[in-house]
Amino acid sequence: MSDTTANGGRESALLRFLWKTVKLLATVALTFLGLLLATFLIGRVVPVDPVLAVIGDRAPQSVYDRVYVELGLDRPLYEQFWLYLEKVFTGDFGQSFLTKRDIVDDIRRVFPATLELATVAILIGTLFGIPLGVWAAVRQGRFADQFVRVFGLIGYSAPIFWLGLLGLLVFYARLHWVAGPGRIDIAYEYSITAKTGLLLLDSAMQGEWDAFKNVFSHIILPASLLGYFSMAYISRMTRSFMLNELAQEYVTTARVKGVPEWRIIWVHALGNAAVPLVTVVALSYANLLEGSVLTETVFAWPGLGQYLTNSLQNADMNAVLGGTLVIGAIFVGLNLLSDLLYNLLDPRVRRHA
Amino acid sequence: MTVLSRREWLLSDRPASRRQARLGQVYRTWLGFRSNWLAMVGLAIVLTLILVAAFADVIAPYDPVVGGDLRTERFLPPFTDGHILGTDDLSRDIFSRIVHGSRLTLMVVVLVAVIATPIGLLVGTTAGYFGRWVDVTLMRITDIFLAFPRLILALAFVAALGPGIENAIIAIAITSWPPYARLARAETLTIRDSDFINAARLQGASSARILWGHITPLCLSSVIIRVTLDMAGIILTAAGLGFLGLGAQPPQPEWGAMIAAGRRFLIDQWWVATMPGIAIFIVSLGFNLLGDGLRDVLDPKARK
Amino acid sequence: MSALLTVDDLRITFPTRQGPSEVVRGVTFTLGRERLGIVGESGSGKSQTGRAILGLTPAPGKATAKVLDFDGTDLRAATPAMWRKLRGTRMSMVMQDPKFSLNPVMTIGKQLLEALKFGAGETRAEATARALAMLEAVQIRDPERVFRAYPHELSGGMGQRAMIAMMLVTEPDLLIADEPTSALDVTVQVEVLRILDRLVRERGMGLIFISHDLRLVSSFCDRVLVMYAGRVVEELKASELKQARHPYTRGLMNCLPQIEGGVRPLPTLERDAAWAR
Repeated sequence: MSDTTANGGRESALLRFLWKTVKLLATVALTFLGLLLATFLIGRVVPVDPVLAVIGDRAPQSVYDRVYVELGLDRPLYEQFWLYLEKVFTGDFGQSFLTKRDIVDDIRRVFPATLELATVAILIGTLFGIPLGVWAAVRQGRFADQFVRVFGLIGYSAPIFWLGLLGLLVFYARLHWVAGPGRIDIAYEYSITAKTGLLLLDSAMQGEWDAFKNVFSHIILPASLLGYFSMAYISRMTRSFMLNELAQEYVTTARVKGVPEWRIIWVHALGNAAVPLVTVVALSYANLLEGSVLTETVFAWPGLGQYLTNSLQNADMNAVLGGTLVIGAIFVGLNLLSDLLYNLLDPRVRRHA
Repeated sequence: MTVLSRREWLLSDRPASRRQARLGQVYRTWLGFRSNWLAMVGLAIVLTLILVAAFADVIAPYDPVVGGDLRTERFLPPFTDGHILGTDDLSRDIFSRIVHGSRLTLMVVVLVAVIATPIGLLVGTTAGYFGRWVDVTLMRITDIFLAFPRLILALAFVAALGPGIENAIIAIAITSWPPYARLARAETLTIRDSDFINAARLQGASSARILWGHITPLCLSSVIIRVTLDMAGIILTAAGLGFLGLGAQPPQPEWGAMIAAGRRFLIDQWWVATMPGIAIFIVSLGFNLLGDGLRDVLDPKARK
Repeated sequence: MSALLTVDDLRITFPTRQGPSEVVRGVTFTLGRERLGIVGESGSGKSQTGRAILGLTPAPGKATAKVLDFDGTDLRAATPAMWRKLRGTRMSMVMQDPKFSLNPVMTIGKQLLEALKFGAGETRAEATARALAMLEAVQIRDPERVFRAYPHELSGGMGQRAMIAMMLVTEPDLLIADEPTSALDVTVQVEVLRILDRLVRERGMGLIFISHDLRLVSSFCDRVLVMYAGRVVEELKASELKQARHPYTRGLMNCLPQIEGGVRPLPTLERDAAWAR
């Protein structure tokens, strides 16, 4: 009897998983379409004339008219949207007014910098945030708990660009502990060839340890700052998940079995908390993109965030929309990834997937 | 019957009237809130912000926009006579600018709340009440807004609308409502099929009347709490826009813009950029502490 | 019969806003290698009594007693290290609902091994063999499959058998069973109880069986304690249940539906505030 129910459960779980995945993908596709519509509409409202952006304001009227038609601006809005979709899907976001290059190329060039910064930051945030959250939950209501709470609240409350400026003032200008703005000193810039675009990785692979040190001393301050913000969020969520798990009956079972307390906390409770925590870490990773816009501006970090703000300040609308779209797409992608990971990590689904 | 003290009347186990029960509930909440000293600090900070904004003209010793003598009063360090926080590159008193800037901060917070809350409520209750395709459509739109990081979407909107504090407020409001809509929808779903709603429907109340007369008031309190929790985020987003030059324009004493202006002199005249940052930090910490305390008191599950 | 467990004047208090509240108020009993039932309604303090014996009173509650002695060990002074040696190895507990009492992200086998690994020093293969044998002893037909399974893949009855296996695999001297069948279907209940009964009898261990079901307890145990509002109001031999004197016990008995000669109107449980005093 038990065998048949178990098999039945297995099949329906598999179906549920498939159905969930299909629904998830459909949702993502729709959301992405919405993203495109949003950027398209923003692009139409903007007071910058897209024709002038292409030809400059000295071109004769005949050229203006020709480009106007070429850009499809004489057609109805839905046709323009269709055109926009076609272009985006063939990887054509138009040209940057500022750099005179294809926006896709621009983004490809600046993206590794942001990726590297965000990755180091999320590593810092996770490595510190999870133990802090566990510590706070185990010492609930005591000093450790209050400390982690206030430490996190400070992270939530300080403007990141301001902390960045203070960090530069103290650790770079006064103490000389870290290198200043930028990703790497000019002296080292040509000693490594860009393969992945991630300078830490490139320099390590090529054995250029001096360059590696230089890159590290550039990245550590902005990454710690960003990491602090994700740490604030991760530690808070870890604490609340752990409190929830530690109150569960299976923890009592483990105690009854005589399992040592460290194992109860780090294996039993954290093992269960890990399932929702994956979502939290993925979401923080996505939120770092937001933080990177301000941080990159402060640290002159040649990444996507700085590209976006530069384009904004120069009314380079194509670049702004392209950047926004890419960031939105990454955001959606990370959300999707976290949902999928959640399903994979939970054994209630995992075994059958 | 003996005369009860006001405290006993409020804490009575057997309230005699609905009013007593409700007041007692409020009083108990307040007692719980009061015992959390961090939350009280937050409340004090927020009240101070409101007072400073209200009496900015009285408190600020100098004009926030017109500076002093450009030859002698530029970059005075903090605590030089009369300028407790020093002066900036245009000889303006930083303390006075920060005091006046509190008005802008408060204005942003209040206006965003006033714009975003009704939008969220309207979308959420409508979606929850009508269900089916209305729900699907509205929630899909909400998800699309949630799919952007907030600051990035606000940036794109400001880019389209043009910089300025009004546009910054609109942009932040547009990016703030989706979580409220989600919340209002969830609340609506739990009360949509309750008997008193059915009773109202049977008496021939129109959908609009049920939505605004019955459902919205019930969703209001949880949405308002959520808005309070978000206020620190709103302040930080506004400051971020200001810092990028997309929010309030000079010479307005907006804190984020002040940091941006002081950035050039960071190494030698550190106070110009530091002081407004401290103001932002304290105010958003205040809202965070307040919101945290409120959540602890009102949501016993999270307190544990 | 030498006493395995001696409890004298056990008190458990929880702080509340209205001051400390005592949920167990002076419970006293001794237990040999026998089967003792504790009966009472929810909130009577029966579960807290069981947990206090294992030193698992949930914070911020506090348990105190004049004597709390387990086979010569003073449990009141036990250090965490001593508790870890006692729990699992010498005393253990079967809890109500396997849905909650088994770790959902760990296989049954791993959870079983965990009980063994920390109790006795033996190789993994030996431990696995013992665990599989134990699963067989609780009448699981396909022990290998259950060993690899996650808790959600088992039915309630199977889960509870696995739980019993986990708690008995170390052959403890004392087992506390806290409503072990209340969450199961009626059809499975009897089966699980029979398994539990047989294992306890074969191994000659002491059992404390906590339940709200008077009839179940009386058919299954040697002695019964009846608890009401944190006190033991009556202690009797299961065979002498009919001679119960306390009105609460009699009330519980009368509430049992009878097949022949039904009583109308159905009796309800009368309570007297004096009992709680």
